[in-house]
Amino acid sequence: MTVATKPAAAADKEMLISGCAAIAQALRLADIDVVTAYPIRPYDTVMQAVAKLIANGELDAEYIVASSEHDQFEIVKHASAVGARVFCGSSGVGWMYAMEAIAVTPALRLPMVALVGNRALDDPGAFGCEHNDALCVRDLGWMLTWVDTAQEALDTALIAYRVAEDPRIFLPCAIGADGAFLTHSETIVKVPSKEKVDQFLPKYDRGDKLLHPDNPITIAPQVNEDWVMEIRKQNDEAMRRARGVIQEAFRDFHKIFGRQGGNPFVESYMADDAEVILFGQGTLSMPVKVGVRKLREQGHKVGFVRLRWLRPFPTPEVQEALGRAKAVGVVDRDYSFGSPNYGAVLYNEVRSALYDLPKRPHVISFICGLGGREVTLDSVVEMSEILLKVAKTGKVEQPNYWIGVRG
Amino acid sequence: MTKALTVLPTQNLEPFKGVKKIALEEYFTSGHRTCQGCESALVMKLMAKAAGPRTVILGATGCMYVANTTYYSTSWVVPWMHTQLGAAGSAAVGTAAGLKALMRKNRIKQEPINVIAFCGDGGGADMGLSSISAALTYPEYNFLILMYDNESYANTDIQLSSMTPYGANTTFSPPGKARRILHKRWKKNVAGMLAAGHPECRYVATVDASYALEMMNRVRKALTIGGPTFIHSLDPCPKGWDYDPIQSHDLGELAVETGVWPLFEVEDGVLKFYGKSKSIAQGRKRKPVREYLLRQGRFAHFTDEDIEYFQKKIDQMWERWLIPGAVCIAMSDDIKKALAKSEVELATAN
Repeated sequence: MTVATKPAAAADKEMLISGCAAIAQALRLADIDVVTAYPIRPYDTVMQAVAKLIANGELDAEYIVASSEHDQFEIVKHASAVGARVFCGSSGVGWMYAMEAIAVTPALRLPMVALVGNRALDDPGAFGCEHNDALCVRDLGWMLTWVDTAQEALDTALIAYRVAEDPRIFLPCAIGADGAFLTHSETIVKVPSKEKVDQFLPKYDRGDKLLHPDNPITIAPQVNEDWVMEIRKQNDEAMRRARGVIQEAFRDFHKIFGRQGGNPFVESYMADDAEVILFGQGTLSMPVKVGVRKLREQGHKVGFVRLRWLRPFPTPEVQEALGRAKAVGVVDRDYSFGSPNYGAVLYNEVRSALYDLPKRPHVISFICGLGGREVTLDSVVEMSEILLKVAKTGKVEQPNYWIGVRG
Repeated sequence: MTKALTVLPTQNLEPFKGVKKIALEEYFTSGHRTCQGCESALVMKLMAKAAGPRTVILGATGCMYVANTTYYSTSWVVPWMHTQLGAAGSAAVGTAAGLKALMRKNRIKQEPINVIAFCGDGGGADMGLSSISAALTYPEYNFLILMYDNESYANTDIQLSSMTPYGANTTFSPPGKARRILHKRWKKNVAGMLAAGHPECRYVATVDASYALEMMNRVRKALTIGGPTFIHSLDPCPKGWDYDPIQSHDLGELAVETGVWPLFEVEDGVLKFYGKSKSIAQGRKRKPVREYLLRQGRFAHFTDEDIEYFQKKIDQMWERWLIPGAVCIAMSDDIKKALAKSEVELATAN
């Protein structure tokens, strides 16, 4: 039971809902205008939840069931250009099917918000969580965040609209949510009031970029070598500005809702005095935090750092959170075949971010939990032991490990 | 919460009654870099003129994107946005849906705004067919999808598409010593397919810019009737078809006069031929396809045998199809008899 600390009108409502249903609540509160659905597990439960909200008159939006993911993303792309607040999403190969539309959205400076219910890229057939789907937009100008809980999913969806639609930014934002672990697990979520959300999230205003007969502009003309570099540079500058705008949004969010007061970019768990740190993103935090507590009980100085925003990548925060450790193990729910040290995607990002530190920790790559395989406590212990050995000896015998794999 | 409007009203664009009544204002004007004699550019000009100023146009990748929107010299006076090659249908749906939602929520002024998405034959008949087919099933949105068909991927160097005529010489189907005819597919019947397959779509038409007034009035009809509509335009292309640019207009007429390109419109499920195609359907003799084919370099390698084959296919279209140029199937004799019998019975009963 909760005790109301603020006037009843502004009180949060507690609901037992899944991560996808929590995002649907955020979409209701954000009063989105156009949403497109196409089925693929596991993200699609968000569209089922949105359909119910619309059918019950709780949300007033154009709900379009598209004929493919490519259509799905193209439809909202164009709705966004005429000034509509839009939502879209997909999973795994569905996200890949839409990739052409997804790839052009940042250069159009359209603040689309999309959910990626992370899923393995079958073949072979697999519904389970893997991050390679969302990671495909890593370099394209999408802001990319990963959430850990249903509450964080709701809060982040509201923050995503606020940041994406900020005229200083106008970039799309993808929210990564681990398939099944987050998309389908139900927990208690605090759903804020519409009044509070209206204080936090202004209406989407495209200004002089609006496509309308009153503003007859030509969008995305042929520019070729004459202008492409300048336009890419503008995208880069917007992404650089996003860092400050995200911080601003989190500050305001905390003021209005009383949540999300911590570091917007990284969550540190028992990491301040840790000799070895496990690093990862998404729902990985649950088994790792439990493992860290157990290892701490045994006297091992182990910590955990969870990355919340992959783009823009929070280089100073990551340096600050990991720089004092002797060894860092980057736990990737993804792969990057043939990459440096055969490490996965996050590993190479982190190693690059730490490179300029005068004294930097050893960084080890752990690939685990692919295809939805559970990251167990035993795996956490195994990874920590490898790191503790590296910390003790100061030697990296092997830069990359596949954890929890047979044969 | 505001009450959902099911369908927004459209602009009432009355047909132009004669060439002299056509509006003077241009909405597709100077600044483009299309080839001399480009009929697709003419289609853009007439389409924009027919639609008028309260219009949003979406253009899929193709000649009419690449040549028309050079940065700093756009030829579009009305708002225009690029869409991906296979996304004309989705662009139309998204734009119409966005405008509709914002008008319903009083975020923008409520007024009928024309939404037109165009694509070439590659974007429409190949890659974007599924997107267009889907778009034509959303009765609550008003828009027109116009496919300008110059019978090849003309912007990328004249590669064949599913709309390239049988046997034509393209960079993907050059006639060679061992194989004279590399491209043996027969052109898709897109307007007929879309009309037959989308019973809720209220208007589908074929047009030819050699008959400019008729063409513009079909555009106005498509934008006035409400719901999603489709127009298929055949556009002679000097570069792809290989002829002197001065002949574009004549070739557009010949395509109709030889029966290669039937002009028809399907309004609320009723098909009507119009222009010269109407008299052809009523028995007027068609010109031989030879006259059309031999004026184009892309058929220069054709032998008499090839021309005969082409003529036979066109004859079949007019003589054997259930609806010439539109529905490429015929009814079996027993069904024809049974239907005739039931019609007689029905008439007797009445």
